[in-house]
Amino acid sequence: MKKIIRITGLWLLLATLLVAACSKVVRGRTQDIAPLSPGSTDIEAGNWKPVLLTGPEQFPVAAPVATNSPDYIAQLSEIKSWQTHISQADQDNIRYWSAGAVLRWNEILRMLVAKHNLAPYQNPDGTYPVPSAGNPLAYPQFPFANPPYAARAYAYASAAQYDALVAAWHYKKLYGRPAPYQVDSSVQALVPRTDLPSYPSEDAVVEGAAVEILKLMFPGDQDYIQQQASLQRQARIQSGANVRSDIEAGEALGRQVAQLFVARARTDRAGAAGGNPAEWSQLEQDATARGEIPWYSLETPRRPPMLPLFGRVKPFLFDSATVIALRPPPPNATSSDAMKKEVAEELGFSKDDSRDHYRIVHVWADGVGTSTPPGHWDAIAAEDFIKMNLSEVRWARNMALLNMALMDAAIVCWDIKYYYFNPRPTQMNPGIKTLTGIPNFPSYVSGHSTFSGAASTILAHLNPDRAADYQAMAQEASMSRMFAGIHYRSDCQMGLVVGANVGNYAVLRATSDGAE
Amino acid sequence: MAKQLQAFAVWRLLVLAILLGSTAQAQTDIDAIMMEKHAFCVGPSYSYSSFKNYWEGTRKRNNLNMGRVSTRMFGLMGDYGITKKLNALFGLPYVRTRASAGTLHGLEGVQDLSLFLKWNPVRRKWGEGVFSAFAIGGFSLPLSNYVVDYLPLSIGLHTRNLLGRVMADYQRGNWFVTGSATYVYRSNTRLDRNSYYTTEMIDNTEVEMPDAMSFNLRAGLRGYHLIAEGFLNNWTTLGGFDITRNNMPFPSNRMNATSLGVNVKYTPTWAPRLSLVGTGSCVVTGRNMGQATTVDGAIFYVFDLSSHKKSSSNNPKM
Repeated sequence: MKKIIRITGLWLLLATLLVAACSKVVRGRTQDIAPLSPGSTDIEAGNWKPVLLTGPEQFPVAAPVATNSPDYIAQLSEIKSWQTHISQADQDNIRYWSAGAVLRWNEILRMLVAKHNLAPYQNPDGTYPVPSAGNPLAYPQFPFANPPYAARAYAYASAAQYDALVAAWHYKKLYGRPAPYQVDSSVQALVPRTDLPSYPSEDAVVEGAAVEILKLMFPGDQDYIQQQASLQRQARIQSGANVRSDIEAGEALGRQVAQLFVARARTDRAGAAGGNPAEWSQLEQDATARGEIPWYSLETPRRPPMLPLFGRVKPFLFDSATVIALRPPPPNATSSDAMKKEVAEELGFSKDDSRDHYRIVHVWADGVGTSTPPGHWDAIAAEDFIKMNLSEVRWARNMALLNMALMDAAIVCWDIKYYYFNPRPTQMNPGIKTLTGIPNFPSYVSGHSTFSGAASTILAHLNPDRAADYQAMAQEASMSRMFAGIHYRSDCQMGLVVGANVGNYAVLRATSDGAE
Repeated sequence: MAKQLQAFAVWRLLVLAILLGSTAQAQTDIDAIMMEKHAFCVGPSYSYSSFKNYWEGTRKRNNLNMGRVSTRMFGLMGDYGITKKLNALFGLPYVRTRASAGTLHGLEGVQDLSLFLKWNPVRRKWGEGVFSAFAIGGFSLPLSNYVVDYLPLSIGLHTRNLLGRVMADYQRGNWFVTGSATYVYRSNTRLDRNSYYTTEMIDNTEVEMPDAMSFNLRAGLRGYHLIAEGFLNNWTTLGGFDITRNNMPFPSNRMNATSLGVNVKYTPTWAPRLSLVGTGSCVVTGRNMGQATTVDGAIFYVFDLSSHKKSSSNNPKM
């Protein structure tokens, strides 16, 4: 009897341990969210102002076949036969994609950025190799998705999706083809029903645009990207939301519109942003000529500055002259008492490495192996947009406004950084130990602060209910760089101001794009 | 004694893993020595562990922006004989980390408390010697809200662990050999940031932590005044992912390490309640961990807590 009790007890313990082990699985906050069910279809969105498209009919979309044609009936049959043997995996896939195409492709992009946000390891001679788009799978893999690179990728992906959806909405309204489950009541709707015309498919438009941009930005990850695209198309057909011709027309439109953006990206001067050794040393000489201590890399071996010519990249929300007009006054002279005071303040923060400072620094660090500060702001925005039940076209518009602001913030910030070429606190006083890694570019102004100023400004406009929260987050993100010992107070304060100035251009666009 | 706490910590833990092995003092949770009933052996320990080279996945490298990463640990360990066959052990470490190069700030703090019950149900003559079998159960929990997501400078992984170990020992004359296998169940841990990339993107603060196993083999001389032994220790994480090229380590990496070490314990004739312990070990092969060299030393004193005083020693009377 005793033995039986002991054995039972042992099994019970084992079972408990097993259950505990199973419950270890961690799911992302947005992984299991409800399907998107927009409050409004935004049926007039074909009239919204696009970014690059000259008009919604720049790329023609042929009229769809009639819903009583044999062709269409065959397409309905495809859905119906899928639906007779739908697996759990299919259902999970449908549920995943039904949360929203813009959301999911934004998440995929954030993942790719995090995967590729790794600085190359040095060569044996102490120089650093440069990733090559022509050979993306060789080490160092292309791209090094650092914050400016990432900001640009998010902006192109979002803006291309937005323009493509504006065109799609135009044709949706023009052709008015109902969803398959409305044409044939024996087709089940495995996603929320909508009165939005289904041709061309908005999901396929987003997919087509996203795939084209990601092909350019992450050429080494095509297998993964194409696999996601194919899962998404499958989900839309199996769910009864679209027939195959909705998908095909949508994908083609998305790709065509995205090609406009790809062409722009090839000539936006980002390809030359890395500069060359002569340009790097010119920056140093210019700072010395102004009587300033020039920035140098604090890495061993010294790494060339990150994208020193990114300030010349063509912005979305204004012209390059405005980039220069947005430059703030110079930082404190490196020999000034004001600078000495700021260095002393940073030394104080370095010594006061309280647990709460680590928390703030690490929440906002967004460094190596992360989706970068622009990706962090995208995540913040996405989680709020989910609650707002936006149509796909409004999702895309909001994301485009946010990400164009973030890319332009990167351009303006990088222009300022390399124009002034100001040293980091630890360069001024090596006793300043930092609570996170020191980014490999000049100090003034803080990139995190500029990104956060821009993002919080446009988000406050798009979601006024949370304006104060965005403001507080931007403040904390900005302060985190001081607590970390990697930025002076003036870098952070001025970064927030410059960022807000950039953000206001996005607000200006938002108030005039026809969506409000 | 339970230097193992560290066993629970990790990168350092690799160190740890070593430590695990190195916990060679008398009456640890990894040796085959039991305290007498009502005897309480307690004392401070200090260890220094450092590495310059580490394995990024399986690729061995150094890092000029970290230099030599060192971990100092100040511990208090104790072992109480509930009975001759059942001992309770504890360990409490304070850990401090530094990097000799680069700009990153070191960390320090009270790490994880660990508690063990060590049971010796079997002890019988076998041939010319004595065979003993042991079962050890333990758990550890973090005592402070230390930073996790800052490897290799974090002082631990902030998981709660359950540990189960079986151990066998054979002694013939003054010579012995001990082998053990351990399963460590680890709870998930939490980061300050709410999104991270492993091999996929997870928008959560919580990180799924793989369990781990460890194996330990030790052999040598076990006499009244002197124990001298060599040991081999292996720590294997059951899952996790490799550090990608030039990335930072992450708590749920697949951290493995195999280390070799020696351990000496000396009990002076003139002070039979006192013992001095010294250990040295180094990692010979690993994955996602530093190639650490560790030395540690400890002093223990045995108190007799029984109501009627009778002499007791922390030495094994085998």
